[in-house]
Amino acid sequence: MGYTLDFSVVWDHMPALLWGCLGTLGLALAGMSLALVIGIFGVFARGSHIAWLRRLVIAFIEITRNTPFLVQIFFLYFALPSLGLKLNPTVTAIIALGINGGAYSIEIIRGGVQSIHKGQVEAGLALGLHKGEVFRLIVLKPALRAIYPSLTGQFIMLTLTSSICTSIAAYELTSVAQRIDSDTFRSFEVYFTVTLMYLAISWMLMSAFALISRQYFNYPTR
Amino acid sequence: MTNDSTSSVATEQPLILMEAVEKWYGDFQALKSVNLSVRKGEKIVLCGPSGSGKSTLIRCINHLEAYQKGRIVVDGVSVTDNHKAIDIVRQEVGMVFQSFNLFPHMTVLQNCMLAPIRVRGTSKSEAEATARRYLDRVHIGNQADKYPAQLSGGQQQRVAIARALCMQPKVMLFDEPTSALDPEMVKEVLDTMIGLAQDGMTMICVTHEMGFARQVADRVIFMADGQILEEAHPEIFFKSPQHPRAKQFLGEILAHH
Repeated sequence: MGYTLDFSVVWDHMPALLWGCLGTLGLALAGMSLALVIGIFGVFARGSHIAWLRRLVIAFIEITRNTPFLVQIFFLYFALPSLGLKLNPTVTAIIALGINGGAYSIEIIRGGVQSIHKGQVEAGLALGLHKGEVFRLIVLKPALRAIYPSLTGQFIMLTLTSSICTSIAAYELTSVAQRIDSDTFRSFEVYFTVTLMYLAISWMLMSAFALISRQYFNYPTR
Repeated sequence: MTNDSTSSVATEQPLILMEAVEKWYGDFQALKSVNLSVRKGEKIVLCGPSGSGKSTLIRCINHLEAYQKGRIVVDGVSVTDNHKAIDIVRQEVGMVFQSFNLFPHMTVLQNCMLAPIRVRGTSKSEAEATARRYLDRVHIGNQADKYPAQLSGGQQQRVAIARALCMQPKVMLFDEPTSALDPEMVKEVLDTMIGLAQDGMTMICVTHEMGFARQVADRVIFMADGQILEEAHPEIFFKSPQHPRAKQFLGEILAHH
């Protein structure tokens, strides 16, 4: 084939690549936080007595889960400015990741909430707590514990999906890699390294999730 | 209103009053014109075959279940769909469930402190002192820092009783509190309930523990098919039940003992 591997290119661009990793990590963490907030409020709203709110949440989930992420992010970045709402790439990326991850999180967290025995809710209500307090103080933590593996799996997915944000030139690992590649034509070396870097980011996050789980869900069950 | 004027009235007016209460689940009528009046300090045992509406009845009192017709008044407050009324009533009515329903992510102590702090606005230190006092009273004070999953069923149910007492309710409702327990743990929970009864707590207990009924109940109420069919002092009820359904029920229950 006559192609000689030359990783010195990668080495020369290592600072940029590492900054790219940080960019990805930043987008991912901000996106996860937004997704978690949307997920929790979404579950509460989806169980609301108010019919239009419930329908709104269901519509949001359906639309988000049944359309491509690339189209969603293009819509936010290129279509919304026509309505006078112009956001910078990073903010757009975070919102897009948060909305997309949030839609999936609602359904995941809802599964967790439904797994909680209804006696827990009744005990809270009987003690005089309001519905919102019961959800926040009694239901939420055991519910999150029940679905923690699925939720964190979704968050890893969100992290990898952040590579699509390269399409609006958000600052993250894949966009850095594309730039180095087009400058050096060392595609194999660059994307091989970037693959390893994504793997490392995922592993780091998984370790962090495991640590959080040990700290936050430290109560025994049976 | 001053305390003096209300307390003299309160002893006369019933603490819980149910008038012609009717409840449906869709087409199924769970309660049929239920009338019940409970005075302060009275102990009522509710019994009857499963599906007779006993649990539904007491769950209407603190509005865990809505009812469609009639009237329920708890300590002068009408239990309606009104949120304020429900809030007031739930503060005054403690409830113990068949399945304990302790919060698994909180320690025993935290379980007991949650509602007084959140609902009554009690300070943390005062809530803790109250919690420890009631935990001692149900003989479980040394387990205060454990989590529910680390306790036996009987211990969990005693914590649940302490948790309800920490709100210093005027009435305690018990919904088959010993039905989910292993036989060797029934006694410790019943003993706790007997102690509570002796201290003068107003209690409505849904239970099949007829020994308990004999010992503490002022009245036994027998229900079947959503109706109160018989209401009598335990001695009279157990010796000479009037209604055929009550006779049949007692025959079945006592055959197992």
